[in-house]
Amino acid sequence: MTTAGVGGRGAVAGPEPADAHAVRAERAQFRRHAPAIVTAVAMLGLWQLVVTGFGVPTYIAPSPVQVAQVFVEQGDVLWINFWPTLLEAMAGFALGNTIAVLLAVWFVHNRLAERAFYPIAVFVNTIPIIAVAPILVLMLGNGYAPKIVIAALICFFPTLVNMVRGLKAVSPQMLELMRVLSASDREILWKIRLQSSLPFLFAALKIASTTCVIGAIVGEWIGSNYGLGSLIIEATYNFRAPLLYATVILGAGLAVAAFTTTSLIERRVLKWKPGAVF
Amino acid sequence: MTPAPAVAAAPGAADIVAASAASGGTAISVADLMVRFEGAAGGVTALDRVGFDVPEGGLVTMLGPSGCGKSTLLRAVADLVPIGGGKIRVFGRTPEQARLARDFAFVFQDATLLPWRSALDNVRLPLEVGRRDGDLDQYAEPEELLALVGLRGREDALPHELSGGMRQRVAIARALVCRPRVLLMDEPFGALDELTRDKLNEELLRIWRETGTTIMFVTHSVPEAAFLGEKCLVLSAQPGRVREYVDIGFPSPRALGMRDTLEFVQVTAHLRGLIEEAQ
Ligand SMILES: Nc1ncnc2c1ncn2[C@@H]1O[C@H](COP(=O)(O)OP(=O)(O)O)[C@@H](O)[C@H]1O
Ligand SMILES: [Mg+2]
Repeated sequence: MTTAGVGGRGAVAGPEPADAHAVRAERAQFRRHAPAIVTAVAMLGLWQLVVTGFGVPTYIAPSPVQVAQVFVEQGDVLWINFWPTLLEAMAGFALGNTIAVLLAVWFVHNRLAERAFYPIAVFVNTIPIIAVAPILVLMLGNGYAPKIVIAALICFFPTLVNMVRGLKAVSPQMLELMRVLSASDREILWKIRLQSSLPFLFAALKIASTTCVIGAIVGEWIGSNYGLGSLIIEATYNFRAPLLYATVILGAGLAVAAFTTTSLIERRVLKWKPGAVF
Repeated sequence: MTPAPAVAAAPGAADIVAASAASGGTAISVADLMVRFEGAAGGVTALDRVGFDVPEGGLVTMLGPSGCGKSTLLRAVADLVPIGGGKIRVFGRTPEQARLARDFAFVFQDATLLPWRSALDNVRLPLEVGRRDGDLDQYAEPEELLALVGLRGREDALPHELSGGMRQRVAIARALVCRPRVLLMDEPFGALDELTRDKLNEELLRIWRETGTTIMFVTHSVPEAAFLGEKCLVLSAQPGRVREYVDIGFPSPRALGMRDTLEFVQVTAHLRGLIEEAQ
């Protein structure tokens, strides 16, 4: 080892400014993600090589460059169809999760309601969403409504299950403390149960944030002439593979963005350490 | 001693006043208490004809073999367990009336803090729930209580940032915030290491002297029971009965060094003997 190396080690051991710490953390994070980034870039390169090298026809598999061209040249088509899907996914997310949370609150306060409705919720959840979608289109027509309901349905069940568990995850001792304080069920709900269910709720919301996009797209497959789902069907039937790939990438991007947003909100809201028992 | 909360709103106010006048210096009186738990295998009698009095401002410890009903007794006084016979009075009131009047507070073995609330907000919890019409100004300042339990400067700490002993201090501050006349403690230091427990024992005695609160303290440690208690209630097991209500009678204030004296060792030996017979 050189003298400079030893000097460097000495510098690290001493007190260092906060900035240096942040820079180091950033570098460490980059180093952690570097393998994934390198692999992804390499795979894109390989894809491009295979498609151009073997002369694969565009309608079977487009090259990455061709897909990128769609974003530039047909960007307006993509965006026009992006907004309805975003709206349906968000509305479905809000609707499905709100109903799930309200039902969970009801179940926790009413054993009879839980026994009456929980099995039905389980049953509804076992029906594949693909099978429910045509039924809903028949019932609700061609507009936004069936897509929102499908997106809501797909969010609903994981949130219901998690929320019921979360609301019940209060220690018996905490409930005894509340009884000694003569607290009402409403106070226990607002002061204790809702807060302690948050880690469970966010676990469910993260799942829902991606599945609601799937729900909206599946809804658009059936009898729709707008949205990313309908664009997927149209591009497939017309052998417009680059457009199909671009649409899929946009849909995936939407799901990732929704997941990231939910995770960021979770980190803001959950400052305490869940799981620790006191 | 703080003035008793208004009793006018409590049910059966007339009986209560009469009863308090008659009790004269008794904080808790238990007579012929029976508690049964019904279960699949016929049920168990947890407590059988238990009777004793706790004087106002006194500190009574409770000892007994594991499963003899110490927690059940404390929980019956706190209106957490329905009683199957006999009578419990807390300053002349039934456990339910006493609970509604906030006459007592309970400290569990685990601190039972809300992990998302700071130490100060955990102490404030009792002021935010339950009946609190009008009598809020009679309650203590949460900041002062945190100082009383030695946590000045840690008001904003979250429970996971505090040690086990500190969390239990927060729990004690929370219990004291409504200025209860009785403090019911179920093995509150049972999960702590010995040094922390010694420290908290001394502090509990100081808080007891400063607040004048009546304390019932369950423990499975014989030295702890002898060190803290003016009296020690020893229970026998299956079913739980009073084995002996021992007068400890060491002078106050007590220091930890007292535990090495011959008198102290004699008392603990006596208590140990009682527990062994009770098993
Ligand atoms: N909720 C309950 N249901 C049924 N049995 C109980 C319950 N609580 C306590 N017991 C029984 O009552 C007896 C006394 O228990 P407990 O008061 O917890 O004892 P201790 O605190 O002295 O160890 C034990 O036999 C226990 O099994
Ligand atoms: Mg116990």
